Amino acid sequence: MAFLDILHLEKSFGAQRVVKDFNLGIEKGEFISFLGPSGCGKTTVLRMVAGFETPTSGAICIDGRDVSGLAANRRNIGMVFQAYALFPNLTVEQNIGFGLRIKGEGKAAISARVGEMLELVGLPKLGERYPFQLSGGQQQRVALARALAIRPQVLLLDEPLSALDAKIRTSLREEIRRIQRELGITTIFVTHDQEEALSMSDRVVVMHQGIADQVGTPFEIYNRPATRFVAQFVGTLNLLDARLLDAAAGRVGLGDIPVALNRELPGRVGDRLSLALRPETVVLGRKDEGSVVLSGHIAEVHFLGSVIRIRVAVAGQIVSLDTFNQPDTPPPSIGTPVEVSISDRDLLVLAA
Amino acid sequence: MTTSVASLPAAFRPRQVLSWLGVAPFFLFATLFLILPTLNIVLGAFRNAEGQVTLDNLGKLLAPSIRSAFWISIELSLLTAVLGCLFGFLIAAAITLGGLPRPLRSAILTFSGVASNFAGVPLAFAFIATLGRLGLVTMLLRHWFGINLYGAGFNIVSFLGLALTYLYFQIPLMVLIITPALEGLRREWREAAESLGANGFQYWRLVALPVLWPSLLGTLALLFANAFGAVATAIALTGSSLSIAPIVLFAQIRGDVLNDPHLGYAIAFAMILLTAIANAIYILLRMRAERWVK
Amino acid sequence: MTERRLWSWLAVALGGLYFLLPLVGMFDFSMRMQRDGYSFEAYRVVLADPQFQQTFGYSVVLALLTIALGILIVVPTAYFVRLRFPGLRPIVEFLTLLPLVIPPIVIVFGYIRIYNTSSVLPLTGSWWGTNLLLLFGYATLSLPYMYRSVDTGLRTIDIGSLTEAAQSLGAGWARILAVVILPNVFVSVLSGAFLTFAIVIGEYVFAALLNVGSFGPYMVWMGGNRAYEPSALAVVAFAITWACMGLIQLFTRFSKFSTVRR
Repeated sequence: MAFLDILHLEKSFGAQRVVKDFNLGIEKGEFISFLGPSGCGKTTVLRMVAGFETPTSGAICIDGRDVSGLAANRRNIGMVFQAYALFPNLTVEQNIGFGLRIKGEGKAAISARVGEMLELVGLPKLGERYPFQLSGGQQQRVALARALAIRPQVLLLDEPLSALDAKIRTSLREEIRRIQRELGITTIFVTHDQEEALSMSDRVVVMHQGIADQVGTPFEIYNRPATRFVAQFVGTLNLLDARLLDAAAGRVGLGDIPVALNRELPGRVGDRLSLALRPETVVLGRKDEGSVVLSGHIAEVHFLGSVIRIRVAVAGQIVSLDTFNQPDTPPPSIGTPVEVSISDRDLLVLAA
Repeated sequence: MTTSVASLPAAFRPRQVLSWLGVAPFFLFATLFLILPTLNIVLGAFRNAEGQVTLDNLGKLLAPSIRSAFWISIELSLLTAVLGCLFGFLIAAAITLGGLPRPLRSAILTFSGVASNFAGVPLAFAFIATLGRLGLVTMLLRHWFGINLYGAGFNIVSFLGLALTYLYFQIPLMVLIITPALEGLRREWREAAESLGANGFQYWRLVALPVLWPSLLGTLALLFANAFGAVATAIALTGSSLSIAPIVLFAQIRGDVLNDPHLGYAIAFAMILLTAIANAIYILLRMRAERWVK
Repeated sequence: MTERRLWSWLAVALGGLYFLLPLVGMFDFSMRMQRDGYSFEAYRVVLADPQFQQTFGYSVVLALLTIALGILIVVPTAYFVRLRFPGLRPIVEFLTLLPLVIPPIVIVFGYIRIYNTSSVLPLTGSWWGTNLLLLFGYATLSLPYMYRSVDTGLRTIDIGSLTEAAQSLGAGWARILAVVILPNVFVSVLSGAFLTFAIVIGEYVFAALLNVGSFGPYMVWMGGNRAYEPSALAVVAFAITWACMGLIQLFTRFSKFSTVRR
């Protein structure tokens, strides 16, 4: 049994089922991200854990205790919102001390804990300020400190970085992870930004239409996507239409070019399927033995700085690949005939 | 947008004169029909019939009859402002936070727009027809429940009756002003408070009410000024049997009690002073309230 | 949640009772002129009263003139302040809010003192002068509403570009205001106008103190001398207020579809 167990959780708003049979076990101290597009149900699951929404069915257990029937203010869960949600009438110190004040702790204890928290989030001098005098990044740090001050069992972060500028987003991302490790607090982080989810999490839950499509480490999610949705949503991807030629031998037809995958494939001859591959696994030119070689011509060249993204037309489809910029080699010109090599292991087969 | 016009070629410069001509009528109008009349009153309050500066006129305000008229006016305005705030707040809270159907909400807001402008003579008639000696509610209470309002000492032509009538435009005004403020209370504040262990009462005491406080106090001041300046309703309802400050002034002007026009000045000046203070409080607190809601 | 909804319904129901009873009472009373049952007799009597026709007609004309005067004063001011004199803005806003701060009875008292028969500008001395003074007074009362709605309307359109476009096509100021600006803020002007109408039509203090026989003093006179007719008048006045507010809502809603929002 995990520290935080979510069992057969369901939620319907009227006739609409927004969360369907959601199951997840989170270990103590783990950092989990819920990743998915807006409307996928990730925030609803989070809000059910927090106690702001009542599950239609299912259970949420923290430390072996079912909290589903508990009001939000009895759960001891820290929550950070997208729009900061600092109390505008209270100073930074009073905001952070709010939960302790509610618990009835003494002034000295509160002020000590508040100081500790301000130190933790790196804002030791701003305790006297009001929220409207702070930048967005500072406000979100205070919100984090406020949520952590009550020593919650679980920390919930609902898209906490979405409202911030790109630069602050990256630095705060690292800081949140540092603080989480330092305190060893069990954390759920909701985001629609795959980069955030991949870079911060111990495990990622990719959600789609109320269902958890895949649960795994960032490495697994990225390299071994379980469904077409996961493959498409996480990272950029080439998707090529293919036709199954020989299931047992693992041969497929890409247009009229036969490709050998050298592994057994499900399905019958003539089935349509999709081949997925990451741009960074495609190499321009002919590589060593055992790889698949396709010929085509350069269709587009995008110079992105350190990386050059090249699109090659192969058998009527487009294959994107990334090469690193090299100062002495200008990128190929459009129309040049080229060959691209792919390792057969990198070709993922997804049902069409 | 202004800079682009200002940087137009010099050919347009003579037009600057024309733009001044565009705003000139307004300033002329405001001077003639707003500033000068008010100034005349204010200065008159400090002068005697011979034009010498004096404080005698203001001293006459302390005469028992005038003083009690002001006192009743202040009591009436304060009472209807406080009750208007209270009931208006409850209704506004019910329609914003109470989970009532949306059409009802907009219907109530529209009605508030009408009712807050339905002051004056017709309002007085409506209350006479309802709570007067032969009014609907008076009769119904007597026939159905055997309650004799007038036997119990109630009279629509009284302080209480006037207060009841004033509330008819005070409450809707409060609803109109405080509803946006209540909508400004963000759901996340409540949720954040809850996740930190607060119950509903603690949330209201520590967060919601402090956030609303400037708006509430400010609106209280506005309602006070609103009631204080209302004359027509009072005259239509009570004639001149209830002596409140605006009615005393009305009688002064009407009856051309010109044996002492400067007392009129003094009464008018005191009225301006009170409503100006109330409005200044309103504006100050309003600015404070807007500082938080960004 | 359900408990909260219960309290909300209770608050709204009690409020509804308080706000609807006087309306019902007023309507009920206005129908009871004939002993043997409900009738529209009071309305018939009122509408047939030549005094009513005269005073009501007078107030309608006066309200329309007030609106026209208000537009003439407010629209160019709001326009030029936005376009040319943003520095004047606080002053103009303060002035337009003054009529809400100074009780009307004080303003009219000032009029009587300044424009009496022995003054430089003896407006109260003649019939025309008195009516003119009343008109100016009502325009003063309408300033806060007129200015606020027109200024809000101007905020939603880019008057700088509109003006430059019209100028480049050869239009003069008067034409720009009348043909370009006014139609674009028409809905805002209308809502200010209806509000003004609702306020002016039954106004009492100004008219009474300037001794003008308009609808307000007529109502008060009826109130002192008749029993059922005042209720009928109140119903009429209430209907007018409703109509004005309803039209404002209607036009604002209509404008959402007809004008381009930025």
